[in-house]
Amino acid sequence: MSTAQRDPAREATPELPTSHKALTRKRRKDSLRRVWKQYRQNRMGIAGLAILLFFVGIAIFAPLLASRCDLSPICHPDNPALSPPSAEFWFGTDSQARSVLSLTIWGARVSLIVGLAATLITVFIGATIGLVAGYYGGWRETVLMRLTDWFLVIPFLPLAIVLAVILKPSLYTVIFVIGITSWPSTARVIRAQVLSLKTRGYVEHSRALGSGDVHLVARHILPNVGPLIFANTILIVAIAILTETTLSFLGLGPDPTANISWGTILEQAFGQGAAYSGYWWWIIPPGVAIVLLVLSFTMIGYALDDVLNPKLRSR
Amino acid sequence: MNATDAAATPGGGLPKGAPILEVEDLHVTFQGRVGLIAGLRGQKGTLSRAVDGVNLQVRKGEVLAIAGESGCGKTTTARAIMGLQAVDGGTIKYEGKPLPRNLKPYLRKVQMVFQDPTDTLNPRQTIYEIIAEGLRIHGIDRGPNGEPEEQLVARALSHAGLRPPDRFFLRYPHELSGGQRQRVVIAGALVLDPEIIVADEPVSNLDASVRGEILQLLMKLREELDLTIVIVTHDLGLAWTVADRVAVMYLGRIVEIGPTEEVLLRPLHPYTRALLDVVPEAGGLDRPILTGEPPDPTRVPPGCRFHPRCPVVVTGKAAGLGIEAACKGEDLGLEEIKPGQFAACHASRQLGAEAALAALAEVEAAVAPEPISQGSWSSDDQQGDPDTSPEG
Amino acid sequence: MTDVLRVEDLFITYQTSAGGVPAVRGVDLAVKKGEVLGLAGESGCGKSTIAGAILRLLPATTEVKGTITLDGENILGMKPGRLRAVRWTGASIIFQGAMHALNPVQRVGDQIAEAIVVHQQAGEKEAQIRVGSLLEQVGLPTRRMQDYPHELSGGQKQRVMIAMALACSPSLVIADEPTTALDVMVQAQVLRLMKELQRDLGLSMIFITHDLSVLVETSDRLAIMYAGKIVEEGPAEAVFHEPKHPYTSALAAAFPEIGDMRFRGNPTGLGGDPPDPQEIPSGCPFHPRCPVAFADCERTVPGLYSAGEDRRAACLLMEDAKSGVETRG
Repeated sequence: MSTAQRDPAREATPELPTSHKALTRKRRKDSLRRVWKQYRQNRMGIAGLAILLFFVGIAIFAPLLASRCDLSPICHPDNPALSPPSAEFWFGTDSQARSVLSLTIWGARVSLIVGLAATLITVFIGATIGLVAGYYGGWRETVLMRLTDWFLVIPFLPLAIVLAVILKPSLYTVIFVIGITSWPSTARVIRAQVLSLKTRGYVEHSRALGSGDVHLVARHILPNVGPLIFANTILIVAIAILTETTLSFLGLGPDPTANISWGTILEQAFGQGAAYSGYWWWIIPPGVAIVLLVLSFTMIGYALDDVLNPKLRSR
Repeated sequence: MNATDAAATPGGGLPKGAPILEVEDLHVTFQGRVGLIAGLRGQKGTLSRAVDGVNLQVRKGEVLAIAGESGCGKTTTARAIMGLQAVDGGTIKYEGKPLPRNLKPYLRKVQMVFQDPTDTLNPRQTIYEIIAEGLRIHGIDRGPNGEPEEQLVARALSHAGLRPPDRFFLRYPHELSGGQRQRVVIAGALVLDPEIIVADEPVSNLDASVRGEILQLLMKLREELDLTIVIVTHDLGLAWTVADRVAVMYLGRIVEIGPTEEVLLRPLHPYTRALLDVVPEAGGLDRPILTGEPPDPTRVPPGCRFHPRCPVVVTGKAAGLGIEAACKGEDLGLEEIKPGQFAACHASRQLGAEAALAALAEVEAAVAPEPISQGSWSSDDQQGDPDTSPEG
Repeated sequence: MTDVLRVEDLFITYQTSAGGVPAVRGVDLAVKKGEVLGLAGESGCGKSTIAGAILRLLPATTEVKGTITLDGENILGMKPGRLRAVRWTGASIIFQGAMHALNPVQRVGDQIAEAIVVHQQAGEKEAQIRVGSLLEQVGLPTRRMQDYPHELSGGQKQRVMIAMALACSPSLVIADEPTTALDVMVQAQVLRLMKELQRDLGLSMIFITHDLSVLVETSDRLAIMYAGKIVEEGPAEAVFHEPKHPYTSALAAAFPEIGDMRFRGNPTGLGGDPPDPQEIPSGCPFHPRCPVAFADCERTVPGLYSAGEDRRAACLLMEDAKSGVETRG
């Protein structure tokens, strides 16, 4: 470097009072606090968060709230079968004399686990494909996008059914099937965002500085795609939960002896003709639970979008 | 280069005035898109010859302005120099050596300042991070005298006029004004201690009263840090203010290059003259304006690419000089018409500098339009306005 | 000599969630018949706001105080019916970014005709004939009226906008940065066209731009705005070549004449930035950036004092500043 040859007298090197790293950390904390403060003001977001935390609590503390044994019909042979809600059984019992309340509580676990795990797979595959396709373009983009289109075009349910049957229904199968079939929409959304980011001045500027692809993607593309991925993820969870419910309802869900899912409860209920025979207590609790959980994710998603997307904020 | 020049630069490196960047026969072509069916049939998209044979030498320590209208290829040339644009022909040499495959070490020496400071800065990064990025990309964690990264960043900000520098560390781009943002961009370029700065329209997005400051900064940096500056601009007034030499581009070629005063006051190429004629100023509307289609890089005319619009050809002066056939059929490159001033024009080549100036002036007078009468249109002044008709 | 436009004591304040933003703070303007007034200034000075105010095109919540008289009629007091009739027939506007103001799915001829028909100046058939002649006036072949905007180049679209502005034969045309986005050659062509039309039709014009050199080329008089007020006013060439207000000097220095050795190798500019309308400095709003400011400048708000024949400047350095005698335009 030729700095040594330049006139050192002309270059004042200023003293720095505090380490900028410490200041940056504080700044990041402050900004997170600001985001939370704004989120707090969004009633829909708070409601959604409350509902979600409620279900998460139920799922985590399921063993304390309802004994695992309750899921097995042999545990309490003296329970009345198909009895409506009473003081002893808040949600009544099903055809196998199991407490619907216990079933519903345990069902929360399956829904949340499947929802989150499947979403992780979906977002990972979708974001990677979207990033690579959007950033590199060329043949990579063509190949990846055609693959995406293929998956998008195939009717989801038949594909899911076929896959589930081939791979034998289980918790892992369900997670896998949902993950494999839901990534295309994420990929498209991410790719579109990456395409628009690629044209930003600071991306070109970074390239002019000499940065390689990895640096560019890590420092400039990802942080700007991040919020979008995050908001997208929230909604994907909602969809994943619904999808799991559907699959379980069709009998393709996890093995009911190992894990009970809300969808499976509904499957069994309908199988026993609960709708016609008026066993409403068997259908409504799992049904309402599904709606509430999915709704909570949607509400959180909207609230986050409002908070994180500066253009939507009413300034 | 003589001994005094070499001694003038402390510590060696190239002497002032030596060519630090050489562009030889640069070609950049863009291919238009074709529909699927047409593509299958073998049709190719229209070829756009954005840069069509550019030869340029940038001398160490100078401020060189590359001027022209939009579409002339000046920005593409600048981007090609920066390695941001793939090149379809020709060589770029830095300090006498052609550019290596791995541009990273070269990019440390040549930095770019982009047009839009708001777009160039990542809104999610603090000013500190933006400036430190260059250092991190090149793996520099200490300065030449062992200075830590923070000091290097602070120094760059100070040089760019943002003082005290640490006050800007944690700010975000949207908290700064346009002028300050452009200073941040310049600081980001300075932190790597470059030899050359390529600035693409560095002030056109800024408020008029702020422009002078940024230009002043660039000139000061040229002095203090021994920089060479290449400015791409459409504004000849800017070139007049800061440039040592001006290169005028038209349709992918340099058509005239030389010392600023010569090129802007005594232009030897009809296109340069035409550009100067349309610089707004009092009485400017009565000067000739080029007619004809604006230049299209997909349809470069044969011979001298300016001939369809050239007043020398249009008025018949070229025919009179016997060069009409050459203008229409013989492509030509830059020739030294006067020491230090080059033009790609058959007329100038044939007539030599003095006569060419006279001929161009004569042609300009011939194509000048009817003057739009000056003076306020009011019933008091009507006698002086033969061209206007009174309106009830 | 009647004034086509007279603006007196104009105060315009935008209402935003952050409170009132004073965009225009006491402006007096006059445009004579057949005259071109150039209105110059940078971002935040209020010039585009004035353009919108003349035809009451500002958001409904904006507070507009003062008088605007167009062809003798009071604009601010007009009833909506009369205002609609006056819009485009009394005064028309060529907007900033005009090229994007064209409807992409409507033929340009129809868009021009729309103005004529809406003002019942002609029936549909007659309007088409008028459109043809308007296009000729702006230098476009008549068959172009069948084209859609995307089939025209930037310069051609601008000519269409000019034709539209002239469609109802207004007395006043307001052009807000009409050539900013155009290439220099095309800009020269469009400016020349506008000047020719202005002479041939005896139009009065207000030409708004930040580019002083363009104004010197096209205007008869210049008014320079800063922070919502006029800081200098007078004949165009005089103001540009012999500015009396320090801001005008600085602005003019940004557009140096090629050949002027004063600027060769000497870029001149101001420190700081044009002030945010919500944070206007005390006293003379220009004092923080002024190279010749003195103690009083921070305390006293200058009025428009005489600065020579037919010229005014809002600077405490003017003779009349001592006596406080202001000159009305």
